[in-house]
Amino acid sequence: MSGHDASADLVERVREAIARRRPLAIRGGDSKVALGRPVDGQILDTRVHHGIVAYEPGELVLTARAGTSLAEVERALEASGQMLAFEPPHLGAGATLGGMLASGLSGPRRPWAGAVRDHVLGVRLVDGRGALLRFGGEVMKNVAGYDVSRLMAGSWGCLGLVTEVSLKVLPRPRVCTGVRLELSRDEARARLAAWGRQPMPISAACHDGDALHLRLEGGEAAVRAACDRLGGEPVDDAYWTALRERRLPFFDSPAPLWRLSLPAHAPSLDLQGRQFIDWGGAQRWLLADDDLDAARLRTVVATAGGHATRMARADDAFHPLPSAMLRIHQRLKHALDPFGIFNPGRLYREL
Amino acid sequence: MNLRYDERLDGAIQRVDKATVLAALQRADATLEVLHEPEALRPFECDGLAAYRVAPLLVVLPSHLEQVAAVLRTCHALGVPVVARGAGTGLSGGALPLEHGVLLVMARFHRILGLDAEARVARVEPGVRNLAVSEAAAPHGLYYAPDPSSQIACSIGGNVAENAGGVHCLKYGLTVHNVLGVDVLTVEGERLAIGGEALDAPGFDLLALMHGSEGLLGVVTGVTLRLLPKPEVARVLLASFASVDAAAHAVGAILAAGIIPGGLEMMDNPAIRAAEAFVRAGYPVDAAAILLCELDGVEADVREDAARVRELLASAGAVEVREAADDAERARFWAGRKNAFPAVGRLSPDYYCMDGTIPKRELARVLDGIEVLSREHDLRVANVFHAGDGNLHPLILFDANAPGELKRAEALGGRILELCVAVGGSITGEHGVGREKINQMCAQFGEGELVAFHAIKAAFDEHGLLNPGKGVPTLNRCAEFGTMHVHRGAVAFPELERF
Repeated sequence: MSGHDASADLVERVREAIARRRPLAIRGGDSKVALGRPVDGQILDTRVHHGIVAYEPGELVLTARAGTSLAEVERALEASGQMLAFEPPHLGAGATLGGMLASGLSGPRRPWAGAVRDHVLGVRLVDGRGALLRFGGEVMKNVAGYDVSRLMAGSWGCLGLVTEVSLKVLPRPRVCTGVRLELSRDEARARLAAWGRQPMPISAACHDGDALHLRLEGGEAAVRAACDRLGGEPVDDAYWTALRERRLPFFDSPAPLWRLSLPAHAPSLDLQGRQFIDWGGAQRWLLADDDLDAARLRTVVATAGGHATRMARADDAFHPLPSAMLRIHQRLKHALDPFGIFNPGRLYREL
Repeated sequence: MNLRYDERLDGAIQRVDKATVLAALQRADATLEVLHEPEALRPFECDGLAAYRVAPLLVVLPSHLEQVAAVLRTCHALGVPVVARGAGTGLSGGALPLEHGVLLVMARFHRILGLDAEARVARVEPGVRNLAVSEAAAPHGLYYAPDPSSQIACSIGGNVAENAGGVHCLKYGLTVHNVLGVDVLTVEGERLAIGGEALDAPGFDLLALMHGSEGLLGVVTGVTLRLLPKPEVARVLLASFASVDAAAHAVGAILAAGIIPGGLEMMDNPAIRAAEAFVRAGYPVDAAAILLCELDGVEADVREDAARVRELLASAGAVEVREAADDAERARFWAGRKNAFPAVGRLSPDYYCMDGTIPKRELARVLDGIEVLSREHDLRVANVFHAGDGNLHPLILFDANAPGELKRAEALGGRILELCVAVGGSITGEHGVGREKINQMCAQFGEGELVAFHAIKAAFDEHGLLNPGKGVPTLNRCAEFGTMHVHRGAVAFPELERF
């Protein structure tokens, strides 16, 4: 396997930062910079530490250094007919594996295949004491010690410098096809609920306001049978990549974009702006009107059992935590990063 | 030494006399049921690791969440440790009581609070039995996927604490993949709602952290579960092999060919013979290894996959491949595997079940290594293997009454787990560390990882009052263990008693 092992240098950088009490701003391909709070710290570029460390298709496990480009990982998997089932959005050409883990963002297949965290098997990381540690491993089942590996998914680099990730990978489906069905939002929701109780080979479901778009994946006969049953017009494969990367026409707007994470069955919310529904209802994009009251939006979404993210480089990008939760977060941050050097404030001001 | 809490190695525990704790609990909630007479405590002396017994100071049996919070607040104020217990089926002594601690029994929280078939979600109390969820979901064509072998008795709260698995994990995941949210009470009795019915939550992934935390970070008081539609059909193939190596390669070939079976189990010859003698499953007793491959899903896909798996098995060198002709034969094929433990139990007065995980490619090497160790220690070992997810259960046969056999079995068990760690695996795939494998944690993790674990523990439980002595060894314990390890040379885990 190729690449470059710079872990010794990374450990050194962290130790230096600890000694000088100078925070680090961890950076990979900078593709997720447009989301969340800016960090005031010395830039640490993970891309010096790159390369696939181990990959055997029969193991269904891939291990790569954090600075490896996501594109390289996906190419290696594709060559063996496998994939990252959670379809991580790249949001930029330089996206890295480390950034994928830190942001914890997942694509259209998420409700059926799980999120980034569901596929994390192990990590190596430099902790806030300057030690290079290993948690989890390359095995599917492992209940020795706390699950620090999964905790890193979506932690935005605030709990340590992840240097290597082991992921569960899965075979690509043999057949993949898409259909477009003209249905109202409410009709679509009712149909999805009914299909959800049957073994239908659905792997993506979104509604753009006019029509429901479904992706069907599996064996040839099963997908064909489902297509015959559903009817509708065909949808091109590129549609799902565009959805994952937020490049569909809906997203081409200067209006502020919000991501609402809700129970899939939550009713349509009456909000100021236009909505695009993904994840079969569990992820809803809102292009908000200029006069949107953010606090009110967050109250409405929280009351419906969810949370709202402002998809921008902003102080209040992430949904605020209740006080008891924030306290636990602060204590956890302090436990793993006692000197506050890893991406301070990237996720919340208090962390 | 043995598995009892050892203050020198596990940390000091404050002594508060029974009468004081009893009075404080009764003051906190007059309706709380507290057991304190020695004979009343006896049924709670152990969990599924039944050879180890400790009578707790007191047993509390709350039936309202306010009572759980009151118990935690009271014990926290007095500095008394609390050990939470679900159904008590755990195999690693995770719910083993402490002589100076309160045992918090969550068994009375056994209601399914809601089952929304449309949303495919169930909200349950922590004492609900695993199988009860699937039974309640069945009329809607749904089920709860994780199926640990104790599923008829084990509780969902315990499943979260152990991150329980089963035989379908490769395709359907562990408990952590099937739980949407948990309600937790902290050691101070404060409520945390972690996750919910949405697919993610703001902040750190505390939901992942709670899974497998063995009652050290909080007490689970409610769980939101994801339900799945029942697969339309299932087919089972039984393949026999002339060598373990060939069977191991077949596993890799099936997965690399893009097929994810619902279940993929392997048994070696001693396990095959034991199972066949016990349940007459129709297994080939001369085979070096068999593979059971269950394919489930949409009918057309399953048919296609079954044909492909047959070809893959044949080219991997299978001597014979049989497909269960009907449900009865399918049940018989599985009965052999599911009864492997009791079947092996008939061959020997005692047996000890290990729970290592390994990368699948190392299987042949590890089984060879186990055979060498088995000869060295002059004890028989039968192996059953969740082949799809690399979870190996070697069963060591011994007679506790024969002089020296117990010690040899202990030593052999330790060496097997060391072997799993050495090839990149883990000391426990699904049974948990608990008290049983507390010393082996020192072989799997270095000081830095252990320091991080203790820091995480302290973030939730500063004074270490929740289930002390379980899950994560102190540095003192590992230092002592390391010294002994070096002193005695090649013998691994000499001080360990596990039976």
